[in-house]
Amino acid sequence: MHLMVCGGTGCRASASDTIEQKLKNKLEEKNLENDIQVVTTGCFGFCEKGPIIKVLPDNTFYTQVSPDDVDEIIEEHIIKGRQLTRLLYKDPQKDETIADAKDMGFYKKQLRIALRNCGFINPENIEEYIARDGYEALGKVLTEMQPMDVIDAVKTSGIRGRGGGGFPTGLKWEFAYNNQSDQKYVVCNADEGDPGAFMDRSILEGDPHSVIEAMSICGYSMGSDTGIVYIRAEYPLAINRLKTAINQAREFGLLGEDIMGSGFNFDIQLRYGAGAFVCGEETALIHSMEGSRGEPTIKPPYPAASGYLDKPTNVNNVETFANIPVIINKGADWFAKIGNKNSTGTKVFALAGKINNVGLIEVPMGTTLREVIFEIGGGIKDNKKFKAVQTGGPSGGCLTEEHLDTPIDFDNLLAAGSMMGSGGMIVMDEEDCMVSVAKFFLDFTVEESCGKCAPCRVGNKRLYELLTKITDGKGTREDLDILRNQSNVIKDTALCGLGQSSPSPVLSTLNNFYEEYLAHVEEERCPAGQCKNLMKYIIDEENCVGCTACARVCPVGAITGEKKKVHEIDPNLCIKCGACMDKCKFNAIFIK
Amino acid sequence: MDTIKLTIDQQELEVPAGTTIYHAAKKLGIDIPVLCYMELEDWNIENKPGGCRICVVEVEGRHNLAPSCSTECKDGMVVKTNTPRVMNARRTVMEFILSDHPKDCLTCPKSGSCDLQDMAVRLGVREIPNEDIAEISTYRLDTSPAIIRDIDKCIMCRRCETMCNDVQTVGALSAINRGFESVVTPAFEMNLEASPCTYCGQCVAVCPTAALTEKDYTAEVIRALSDPEKTVIVQTAPAVRAALGEEFGMEAGSLVTGKMVSALRKLGFDKVFDTDFAADLTIIEEGAEILDRLKRSANGDENVRLPILTSCCPGWVNFFEYHFPNLKDIPSSARSPQQMFGSVAKTYFAEKMNVKRENMVVVSVMPCLAKKYESQRDEFKVDNNPDVDYSISTRELAHLMKQANMNLNKLPDEDFDKPLGESTGAGVIFGTTGGVIEAATRTAYELYTGKSLNEKVTFEQLRGWEGIRKAEVDFDGFTLKIGIAHGLGNARKLLEEIEEGKSTYHAIEIMACPGGCIGGGGQPLHHGNASILKKRSEAIYREDAGKKIRKSHENPYIKELYEEYLGEPLGEKAHQLLHTKYFDRSTKRQFKI
Amino acid sequence: MGKIKSLADLKNMKEDLRNKVELREKSDHPESLVQVKVGMATSGIASGAKEVYNYLSEELEKRNIDALVTQTGDMGYSYAEPTIEVTLPGQEPIVFGWVDTKKADEIIERYIRNGELVDGIIPQNYETIDDK
Repeated sequence: MHLMVCGGTGCRASASDTIEQKLKNKLEEKNLENDIQVVTTGCFGFCEKGPIIKVLPDNTFYTQVSPDDVDEIIEEHIIKGRQLTRLLYKDPQKDETIADAKDMGFYKKQLRIALRNCGFINPENIEEYIARDGYEALGKVLTEMQPMDVIDAVKTSGIRGRGGGGFPTGLKWEFAYNNQSDQKYVVCNADEGDPGAFMDRSILEGDPHSVIEAMSICGYSMGSDTGIVYIRAEYPLAINRLKTAINQAREFGLLGEDIMGSGFNFDIQLRYGAGAFVCGEETALIHSMEGSRGEPTIKPPYPAASGYLDKPTNVNNVETFANIPVIINKGADWFAKIGNKNSTGTKVFALAGKINNVGLIEVPMGTTLREVIFEIGGGIKDNKKFKAVQTGGPSGGCLTEEHLDTPIDFDNLLAAGSMMGSGGMIVMDEEDCMVSVAKFFLDFTVEESCGKCAPCRVGNKRLYELLTKITDGKGTREDLDILRNQSNVIKDTALCGLGQSSPSPVLSTLNNFYEEYLAHVEEERCPAGQCKNLMKYIIDEENCVGCTACARVCPVGAITGEKKKVHEIDPNLCIKCGACMDKCKFNAIFIK
Repeated sequence: MDTIKLTIDQQELEVPAGTTIYHAAKKLGIDIPVLCYMELEDWNIENKPGGCRICVVEVEGRHNLAPSCSTECKDGMVVKTNTPRVMNARRTVMEFILSDHPKDCLTCPKSGSCDLQDMAVRLGVREIPNEDIAEISTYRLDTSPAIIRDIDKCIMCRRCETMCNDVQTVGALSAINRGFESVVTPAFEMNLEASPCTYCGQCVAVCPTAALTEKDYTAEVIRALSDPEKTVIVQTAPAVRAALGEEFGMEAGSLVTGKMVSALRKLGFDKVFDTDFAADLTIIEEGAEILDRLKRSANGDENVRLPILTSCCPGWVNFFEYHFPNLKDIPSSARSPQQMFGSVAKTYFAEKMNVKRENMVVVSVMPCLAKKYESQRDEFKVDNNPDVDYSISTRELAHLMKQANMNLNKLPDEDFDKPLGESTGAGVIFGTTGGVIEAATRTAYELYTGKSLNEKVTFEQLRGWEGIRKAEVDFDGFTLKIGIAHGLGNARKLLEEIEEGKSTYHAIEIMACPGGCIGGGGQPLHHGNASILKKRSEAIYREDAGKKIRKSHENPYIKELYEEYLGEPLGEKAHQLLHTKYFDRSTKRQFKI
Repeated sequence: MGKIKSLADLKNMKEDLRNKVELREKSDHPESLVQVKVGMATSGIASGAKEVYNYLSEELEKRNIDALVTQTGDMGYSYAEPTIEVTLPGQEPIVFGWVDTKKADEIIERYIRNGELVDGIIPQNYETIDDK
């Protein structure tokens, strides 16, 4: 029997390590430590309900486990074989508990390739990875394939970069292969920076060997003996797991010299990013690795020709790498059949926002947004109405109801005015103000712009200011035209991909929710009721009895009125703190 | 070389592979506006961050606009430089840039010579949308003896960084912070004074706005001129006369020596002297030093260090004091002409005039900003009274003249005053790269060989435009090996050779600025046009060729100075007044934030 | 563990390591496997369930039967301990009582291999949560 305890960062933060220790202690106490194995795993993806414990083989999926539950789990489930219903997952739509993870909507539609080992193996144990076909792809490549065969396989698989760009990975490898040099580099981009995105972190925490193996395969195919993982310093657990994995791989002779007797040498170093969003852009990442300011430069030259230390360099994202061993093992054709014609395989998404099942999911390309949001995601929280979904991280766009049946792939999302990005997916409900949403994302881009090009450095700041003007109720219709023009120009002129896509949240909301913008500028009204400066607290003449409670509690003296007569709120003084409304016992104060 | 065919604005053309759209368009006479981009031909100096996005153009088949300065032409490319989309984008980006720029043009030191202002006029920006809510990024003012940083006016063109890091290898300036808060600053945001800055002023020379300007001393000069107690004398460096005319609309390379002298006299200077005189003096001392070291070295003295390095460039002196303190024994100990002039003026000449030291004010007009700092060095002060009181740049002199209603074009030619205004052709060529060592060679040759050069005073092998030049001069059987570097990055290469013991030169001339003093940080702005610098250099050689006396040791007033006052070259008096020592400043600079 | 010097090395190692994760893999699709649950509460263990559990686990593997042997709690048939529940793919689970190693051998050979019923079947008297 195996007790799989999630050791991802999310669950760790809710004391999954304490749970694990308590489980071990309790099992020892019961003399069961030899019969029952406690395994730390990578992220199960269902972070909304963490910490997660999965009991195998009966596949019981316990959610939101606390250290206090440990005794009961051992006594009841392990010893007496009774599931603890109260810890089982409860389907929010059907209001029934589900014991088996396979039956949960969250897992049903998922196909886990990149996440295949996450939640399944102990990431700190290379043997478990090997037992799951680990390093077999590398072995196959080194002993049975020529570099060009590997590149052909990757090309045939149709896999495109999972970090956001969607550039065909095989082509990238081929460019790096074709550029002759005494030294080449394989770089793994683990500088995941989108707010709320954690697919790369989860893979590194849950299955670090898959990335190591893939980098070695890449190194063999392009002719490089040095891999570098550029990982954000804010990922301490991932860094640790990766370090452990690299050391184990070295011990096993799977990194180092003459790997598996093939004469191929490869080793991997780590570089830590200081948390700049822009360093996810490959040229900026390379500058940062070189010790320079993390700023993008104009391509060409592409890194494949002149990258790290001016040597040919191939940069791929963590998730892209995690797919590679499977492509080699199962075959490029197998992989190419999954997903859509131009977007093959699966994609990991980080579900967030007003959705029931927040977490990490992996679905075949071509799955519709509806399936992801309503089946896997369990629908909108509190049964509210779906309004929009923002894909592609801070530089993606907001899609609406009419896009729900769009099959998710690189091209469809772009066509719809958003993008795949690295896989962030934020769901919004009827209470979200789309102008504020655009402002929220702009705030991030303004903060994270590297400052090199004027449109991104200054332009985004101006967009943010203009959006603030609109949410303050001071915008005009002309401002909307200015907003659109400035956004278009930023998209047209910014230096790097990040800058070019930074106005997407504005453009997509302008396109899809223009009415809402109009309401802000023409009626000074926020339909979602989110913009504080557009709210008006009003006293209902019918209900007000003139008790003066509201006037006394108002911190700014905005409420006036004689005793026992209807009171009045001066909108110019009101700071919308809501104290009066809380105080009123007669439901006489409402927001308009 | 491969050629590429493309179409720009319906015109077809062929260009060599690697040509950018901007350069290709230029060939057709299409002048795409550029702001951050800057290029100094012949020196491989190019600032191409692709950051301002003003130069964008439409390329058929591309989803966004392409920066023409850094996009290479491709076969079959169809480029449009003036579509409504492009023009709208260009203006909107300009509005962005201006929205984060102070609007104090009227009182800005750069007004009238500001690239940003010119671009705003050219693009027809009339209004900045929502200017009332647009925050402007601000930063503290950083004042040093030579350079002022007003980063509020920085537009992140990064030209200064290219000059400071790539060209000069000084590494004082780089961008920090992110996004709207990005600024170009010394490391850890320390002040320029605490940084490894050499005050070469090349950042100022290329700054398109007033983010980097010289510290202006014209007000102090006016105050001194209006003080009846003071005897105010002025010295002008050789490179000034070859560039001052540009400030008055004259063609680059116009020589305005006589007009400049009359202007200075009209401004009220009591005596108008020439730094060239002091340059001749430098040659006597430095030449003597070279010969002394060569002789001692030939006699087997192992304490003699060769090569000897020139020491007239204050940016260069700062550079080795900061970056190569272990080599501080190698440069000649001779003071720079500016400082030799100051010490001679405040001793020999003051005595002659019967003016007390404290009542004599020495002003220098220099092509240089480092001279401002040099004049304030402690070792060039007597009882806290500096040998040179104020050093103003060529640009500052032009401003001063304009304030005094002078039009250089209309001024008569006048001669310098005697005795410190008399100079030879050798003193003049100090203003351009290779000139100092040529002047020294003219004198050293005659002293070493005892033979006269007669009319053959020019050494073409020492002239040129390459960053590092090597030349040999036959000293009647002895081959003098000479190295020349201009630009501190080039100097660094020669210094590294010396450090590694690989240097075979006897003497090396180093000038901090590209082109030498003619390209100094205090000169009229070249706005990226390197041909201006070439023309200034030609003017300098023209002035030399026109001089009756072209060898420093033949300057009669120099001879008189030694006879009357200094005694022998390298003698005690000369040592006291004309020589200096250098300091290891690698550790002395401290963080002053 | 020594270094892996060849692909063959790696494959050998993988075979040795299979069992580490096999259980987890199989539990992803148990319907295709023979599932054996051994009642291993205190009373079951007291009457030898642990021995039976070990025997079944080892023997099924030796005899190359793809099976999933798990421990479970008290099945409620204290009178018949040790008890095991066997589910053949696509069939209803059957509970056997009074199982010792000999009986277990019989169950493997006759019921699991050939589908013949053997003595000791206990009629089921409850529904599991899975039945719902």
